[in-house]
Amino acid sequence: MTSFTKETYMRWFEQMMLMRRFEEKTAQLYGQQKIKGFCHLYIGQEAVVAGTMSALNSDDRIITAYRDHAHALACGISANAVMAELYGKVTGCSKGKGGSMHMFSKEHNFFGGHGIVGGQIPLGAGIAFADMYRGGKQVTVCYMGDGAVRQGALHEAFNMAMLWKIPVIFVCENNGYAMGTSVERTTNQMDIYKIGLAYDMPCKEVDGMQAETVHEAIAEAAERARKGDGPTFLEIRTYRYRGHSMSDPAKYRTKEEVEEYKMRDPLERVRKTILDNKWATEAELEAAEEKIMAEVLASVEFSENSPYPEGSALWEDVYSEPNYPFITE
Amino acid sequence: MRVIQFREALREAMNEEMRRDKDIFLIGEEVAEYNGAYKVSQGMLDEFGDKRIIDTPIAELGFAGIAVGAAMNGLRPIVEFMTFNFSLVAIDQVINSAAKMYQMSGGQFNMPMVFRGPTASAGQLGAQHSQAFENWYANCPGLKVVVPSNPYDAKGLLKTAIRDNDPVIFMESEQMYGDKGEVPEEEYLIPIGKAVVKREGTDVTIVSFGKIIKVAYAAAEELAKEGINVEIIDLRTVRPIDYDTIIESVKKTNRLVIVEEAWPLANISTEITYMVQKRAFDYLDAPIIRVNTADTPLGYAPTFVEAFLPSVKQVMDSVKSVMYK
Ligand SMILES: Cc1ncc(C[n+]2csc(CCOP(=O)(O)OP(=O)(O)O)c2C)c(N)n1
Ligand SMILES: [Mg+2]
Repeated sequence: MTSFTKETYMRWFEQMMLMRRFEEKTAQLYGQQKIKGFCHLYIGQEAVVAGTMSALNSDDRIITAYRDHAHALACGISANAVMAELYGKVTGCSKGKGGSMHMFSKEHNFFGGHGIVGGQIPLGAGIAFADMYRGGKQVTVCYMGDGAVRQGALHEAFNMAMLWKIPVIFVCENNGYAMGTSVERTTNQMDIYKIGLAYDMPCKEVDGMQAETVHEAIAEAAERARKGDGPTFLEIRTYRYRGHSMSDPAKYRTKEEVEEYKMRDPLERVRKTILDNKWATEAELEAAEEKIMAEVLASVEFSENSPYPEGSALWEDVYSEPNYPFITE
Repeated sequence: MRVIQFREALREAMNEEMRRDKDIFLIGEEVAEYNGAYKVSQGMLDEFGDKRIIDTPIAELGFAGIAVGAAMNGLRPIVEFMTFNFSLVAIDQVINSAAKMYQMSGGQFNMPMVFRGPTASAGQLGAQHSQAFENWYANCPGLKVVVPSNPYDAKGLLKTAIRDNDPVIFMESEQMYGDKGEVPEEEYLIPIGKAVVKREGTDVTIVSFGKIIKVAYAAAEELAKEGINVEIIDLRTVRPIDYDTIIESVKKTNRLVIVEEAWPLANISTEITYMVQKRAFDYLDAPIIRVNTADTPLGYAPTFVEAFLPSVKQVMDSVKSVMYK
């Protein structure tokens, strides 16, 4: 039994299916060198973002690290704009300036993908600080990896966020590894959420292989933040099926470990719940999936047909001042 | 002579020095079990064990500081930054601790340590992963800054850097790790602070260093076909700078182009330009030209990479320009 509605499940299904198919396509395109640079896939972790988004309002804020394609899509940025950004085309959500690691959309309250591990943690607190300052009711969800929690910036930001009751939800997406380094090789305290205890910050561990548990934890944290009771730290346990980035063969873990998580696949789980409750037939889900696949393929075509930015655009968006005197000789 | 990769040259330098001196250890992200993010430290864990090849959490400020403390107490750390972009998280310990300690303590605590890793752009990596901080570090008294451009120099200079009793910033490139070059089997050292004339010429001097010197070589080849004879100096070290070698060459060619992958304001080119006008003003037949990156962060699209980096054409045009051609 579940307390979530058919609509919520259908939304999760569509959202997670879009993330999954979009990134499978991304991997293929990377192999064809249509997409360059560092590229980190989210496959396996989809329930974290899906479960977060269903618990939030559309004016809430999101910020994350470089593993950001799914976050961008879930914020409502079109597949076209995300794919075009991966291609480095001018029609991308960062005008081809960011690439895979730096998706942004002010319109969709997506405050970006950030490349310096842990760099976004204080930023997330700052975004929420601004809403609190203006008396707004928004909350900010600030994602980070299990590797990122080892950065000093986290501790400074946690302390101030708690001290000032900033409406931010810090989410550690613990996928077990930071590149090739497992959590246990970086700490004596395997329960990452306990970092919150040092600051009296409400904190807990959440199963990230199901959207339901993520939704519940985020909803509770968001309510606390909106009431003015400040931040929460959630350690959401999840898993990435692929390597750290496209160039990582992931030799540091066993096939069995990966298979074990695939058995608990979050997307399959949602599909099964929908079918078990007879909210949709197999055929209907397949039709939905086909529609999503068409959206992904259309985004590829859109990107192929979009131009690269002019080289001269390099000097645009560096300063908001229109005629900044760059050194050119 | 034997030919090996840049990464192998670096590895040999570390291996040989670590065999000589048990106080040397290597610390950084993914250096041990993963064999290095770019496989520079491949096999080192097997040989030296986890006491001396140390994987860290992603905590640059912390592990750089721990290494500085260890150096204060007599060890000789080699700190690997996965790239120098991430050294900014640690820069407080590099500038405020490592670079200052010897002087602040009245000469009691020296800093026999190396901070090494790749610098500058490496393709379409976007703004946060494409930065060259050679001039930032070179600006700071107390540090030495080495930027080799080939496997031979990399090995000889890294060995010297490890033996040096002052903190050395040693900057490599993801795009050079696979480069192959001749490296002798026998031991050799290359002194820090000595530039080398890589190509003799009479018409124009080009000064460069690091990966981008390849652009200068390519330009020189093209120019030779047009009968223009370029002399190329590889600085190899940007603190201290070997001004004498540059001045000597400029006195011969009377013309200077500087090729550097860096933002233009207050970079190494600027510094060289100052010193050359000061010490060889009467020898110059044309204003000095520097070829640097765009004065902007580097965006992701390929068109940006092209617009950003010094190009062969820019170098050729600059050479012709100082020759009034
Ligand atoms: C300050 C800094 N150090 C090192 C890196 C290189 N790096 C990029 S991702 C990464 C691992 C991060 O792992 P985690 O935080 O667990 O996130 P995940 O990749 O698992 O999503 C490292 C070391 C970086 N980008 N920034
Ligand atoms: Mg991780």
